[in-house]
Amino acid sequence: MMRDLHDHLKTRYRLGDLAERRGNLAFVDVERADLRALLVELRDVHGFTHLSLLTAVDWIEEGRFQLTYLMNNRAANRTLGLRVFLDRADPVGDTIHDLWPTAATYQRELREMFGIAFPGSPRVDEEFILEGWTDMPPYRRDFDTLAYSQQTFSDREGRETHDPRSHMAKKLYPEGQR
Amino acid sequence: MKDIDKSFRKDTETEFPLREELRPRSVTAPDGQVIEIDPLQDYFCQEPPKVHKQSYFKIVEDFYNWARAHSLWILGFGTGCGAIEMRPLMTPRFDAYRYGIQWRPTPRQANLLVISGYLSVKTLKRAIRAYEQMPSPKYVVGLGSCTINGGMYWDSYNTIKRLDDYLPVDLYIAGCMPRPEALLAGFMDLKKLIRKGKAEGANKYAENFDWYKANQKSVIKDWDMPDYNW
Repeated sequence: MMRDLHDHLKTRYRLGDLAERRGNLAFVDVERADLRALLVELRDVHGFTHLSLLTAVDWIEEGRFQLTYLMNNRAANRTLGLRVFLDRADPVGDTIHDLWPTAATYQRELREMFGIAFPGSPRVDEEFILEGWTDMPPYRRDFDTLAYSQQTFSDREGRETHDPRSHMAKKLYPEGQR
Repeated sequence: MKDIDKSFRKDTETEFPLREELRPRSVTAPDGQVIEIDPLQDYFCQEPPKVHKQSYFKIVEDFYNWARAHSLWILGFGTGCGAIEMRPLMTPRFDAYRYGIQWRPTPRQANLLVISGYLSVKTLKRAIRAYEQMPSPKYVVGLGSCTINGGMYWDSYNTIKRLDDYLPVDLYIAGCMPRPEALLAGFMDLKKLIRKGKAEGANKYAENFDWYKANQKSVIKDWDMPDYNW
């Protein structure tokens, strides 16, 4: 059923291969230029009326961000994820707040946590969760949260960390035999 | 710690700009008079807290401490997941009211601030405001391991690790989360501390006021409130 939809859409849009996770869950790569037309068609013609999720993945090795638009067809119980790739050096996405008003909230979050710009989205440049954040966006993978916390907050003495495997092996077998 | 990136350096240069409505400015009134406005100075009291001196006679101070120990008013301000443990505590199941411990909705009517669990930098700002608005003598209890050493948020970029860097803590209650019974035991311990005259957090805060302010400002980048805001 998802494959039929994919074959149907492939004639008019530049789509990647269909990655099927379950019978009713699949992902497909789309071009950024096709995204809006595809979202409108999926919403208005094919019944994918619900935008479940808009999130991003930082593929730092490939130098790009992946935006995932997870769309749900409640009547047919199907979920389709559209994947769009953005250049990591200059990440600018297209706002879809006029298609789903909830997308504005997701786009604010992505702007703050990944630094992806969505020009025209309402209140996108205001602070969302973080207050007074001056460092790089914290969900990017080159942001080291452990190093940041060590450079920002002070530790209390006496805190030890044990690797569970070696700690329990030493505790159960003090002589080293298993 | 092997996953740490040695080359990562936190950005310490960038200043966070003050919100526009809080910047000092001059306003021309309709009659032509020019008025200088500094919103952070004009509307708030900037008097730093003072150390509350002990009574000259020890027996009087002991009497005060006995009375203080029996008058604990908790500010109903839940900062983290630990706030959920306060609900059974203030309702018939555990019933803290029988020990004379009551919750109040505003800092002006409370003298015990319970930091219930993890404290993000954003919440820390509100906790500082709430603490400074409470009347002295006031006490702070840190609840759960997050307030002691960060707990499970030990590597979080936005959660403080040691509460006593930012607020004077009189008592910690360990656990993740501590059960209501542990909280009751902790409040009993706090009463003992107050009776012995050892719960001097408010005075400690007044004595080391500059140190506390420097610590608070080092993590709260957008300091958009006066230095002391009662």
